[in-house]
Amino acid sequence: MSLLDRHVGFVHALREAGLPVSLAEGLDAARALQVIDLAERESLRAAYAATLVKRPSYRPGFDTLFDLWFPASTTGLSGPRPEVPGDGQDVVDLETAGVPELRDRLAELLLGADGMNEFARAMVERFGRQAAGPGRQNWFSYPVLRALSPETLMARLLAEVLAGQERGGLAEKVARQRIGENTRRFTDAVSTDVRRRIAEDSGIERIARSAVRSPLEQLDFLRVTKADLARLRREVHPLARRLATRLTVKHRLGHRGRLDFRRTVRASLSSGGVPLTVFNKPRRPHRPELVVLCDTSDSVASFAHFTLLLTYALREQFAKVRAFGFVDTVDEITRFFVPGADVAEAMTKLAAEADMVRFGRTNYGNAFERFAERYGDAVGPKTSLLILGDARSNYQPPALETLKRLTKEARHAYWLNPEPVSQWDTGDSLATAYGGVVPMHECRNVVQLAAFIEELA
Amino acid sequence: MWFASPADVRERLSAVDYLTDDSIATSVFLAGALGKPLLAEGPAGVGKTQLAKAVAAATGAQLVRLQCYEGLDEARALYEWNYKKQLLRIQAGNGEDWDATHDDIFTEEFLLERPLLRAIRSQEPTVLLIDETDKADVEVEGLLLEILSDYQVTIPELGTITAVRRPYVVLTSNATRELSEALKRRCLYLHLEYPTPERERDIVLAQVPAIEAGLAEQLARTVATLRTLELKKSPSIAETVDWAHTLLALGRTELDGATVGATLGVVLKHASDQTRARKELAL
Repeated sequence: MSLLDRHVGFVHALREAGLPVSLAEGLDAARALQVIDLAERESLRAAYAATLVKRPSYRPGFDTLFDLWFPASTTGLSGPRPEVPGDGQDVVDLETAGVPELRDRLAELLLGADGMNEFARAMVERFGRQAAGPGRQNWFSYPVLRALSPETLMARLLAEVLAGQERGGLAEKVARQRIGENTRRFTDAVSTDVRRRIAEDSGIERIARSAVRSPLEQLDFLRVTKADLARLRREVHPLARRLATRLTVKHRLGHRGRLDFRRTVRASLSSGGVPLTVFNKPRRPHRPELVVLCDTSDSVASFAHFTLLLTYALREQFAKVRAFGFVDTVDEITRFFVPGADVAEAMTKLAAEADMVRFGRTNYGNAFERFAERYGDAVGPKTSLLILGDARSNYQPPALETLKRLTKEARHAYWLNPEPVSQWDTGDSLATAYGGVVPMHECRNVVQLAAFIEELA
Repeated sequence: MWFASPADVRERLSAVDYLTDDSIATSVFLAGALGKPLLAEGPAGVGKTQLAKAVAAATGAQLVRLQCYEGLDEARALYEWNYKKQLLRIQAGNGEDWDATHDDIFTEEFLLERPLLRAIRSQEPTVLLIDETDKADVEVEGLLLEILSDYQVTIPELGTITAVRRPYVVLTSNATRELSEALKRRCLYLHLEYPTPERERDIVLAQVPAIEAGLAEQLARTVATLRTLELKKSPSIAETVDWAHTLLALGRTELDGATVGATLGVVLKHASDQTRARKELAL
């Protein structure tokens, strides 16, 4: 494959995997290829990344595809590899050594020795091949990891590193983190090499399509895993800040505010009526108040987790935020989100203490009634009301009138629904009924949340 | 030409104590070679601003800095007419007709140059640092677009001013706001993360030469561990370096639990972060 074909194929694959690569950016990348040394694989990767990948969340997908289109080596060339110069010890022969020796070598690598990628490649060669159907072979990472089981090395490595130091303290935490990080690098290296081999056997395009997970911000809130949540948390803070700015009423009378006529004229008296210095009235920032009502039931558990995070982030941006959680009945949960408190801790306390009948059945109608009754005064002409939930009310009366009243009192009201529009109004969903009162937006991932925030302008 | 190759970047930046990795060296090189602005994005304290300063120092260029903030406008970023001086000129020029005066007060003499215009008009090699771009309002991005794609500025009274020498432009952002697609498309993108413990150790060694290698290593690893905790504000590279100075001043050669506990305030600046770190690390 010529370099140009490879370049075009790669750019095409990136687009297919959901990365927005414009024509101009593709050309920039091609231009960059002319000025860098193509034999340097890491600078090639960096050049492509600098010109094509403009959001960190696209980076993992990019790396996977880069490893496929510009593989580190090809199996055909796997003759005697240049041995990695070890640190004075004799190097294990990766092709014949027994499993215990290999595990010793892996242990060294996990402690930070060089040569991780070469080792991973050799291990895939030895353990990763499995018959897949008659006469066909395929590559898997699972047997490699089973043969070497890097996770079970942790205890031994810790004992080695700590060498008699006290357990459970700082030293252990630091060592654990480092070994864990290296273990992850090893598993990554193995799966990268497995993908490369599959691509060699059956073509890059085939594997490329299945190898890349959709970028973080396109992940469905209802289907995120725990690990994704931690990463989502980082995405949410900037969004909350933007939401706060959007809800702020803008006075755009020039950037420096209105002319302070009296002050300007008075100052001009000393210069014979010529206004040498102009004074402006300072801009008074309008800080909105926000009331968040969120469904915290189990059916939307991961969405609820996310909305609580959003609430927490908003708490720091608004003058006054009051948050209410509901399942069957409503409880004010603002107190768990004091500024400066720890997010993770707040969540745990919230789960333990708040009066929301956590495992009850969601009842939107009842929740709205109780809210109006107990906290009706929270909503006023300066308030923006934000409702977060899937509008599935278990066939209970919807209390539309109450909601209408609440909405009328608020300055703005919005409803974010984590379900796809196609599922609205199916089963017990009251999406259209509620949507008629409060404008309802589908909000299933960070992209849609960001789009909603843009729309508020 | 700013740099000859990524290896050249690496060498010359490390001569001014800025240690690079593959992606930084390549991006910095490409920004110079392709004449495109470089957008460096990442959390606070990973050395984004420092990168621009290092490029200026390594190439002997002058550094022009535009610090962005909410409410930054054209008059602060680009140029402004010196209104007071214009008024005085009108008062002083008795008896002239209006046309003469009018032509007179919109000339070079009354123009106040702000960072963007200064960088465009500079005759010397210039590094233009547009710091914390995400803090500025969206309108400022529109203003930047003309400058970043054509390296020119239009002033109604004076006409279009085109750069004599293209400045080397570095934009930084903490990603508190998504920058517009149009702006990103014009830039090379460099995502800066916290350095690997190995690189951070080398940074500490370069900045604090008096420290022992073993202690620097411990320091870098401990900071890396702190960054994995969910903190309000993760320690920055500068804070790691401060920590190294602190330990040196205290005469410590070992970073044990007690030492960390006593000096935690150097790297963690929120009470809740400190509590959390103490709990998680069992200090």
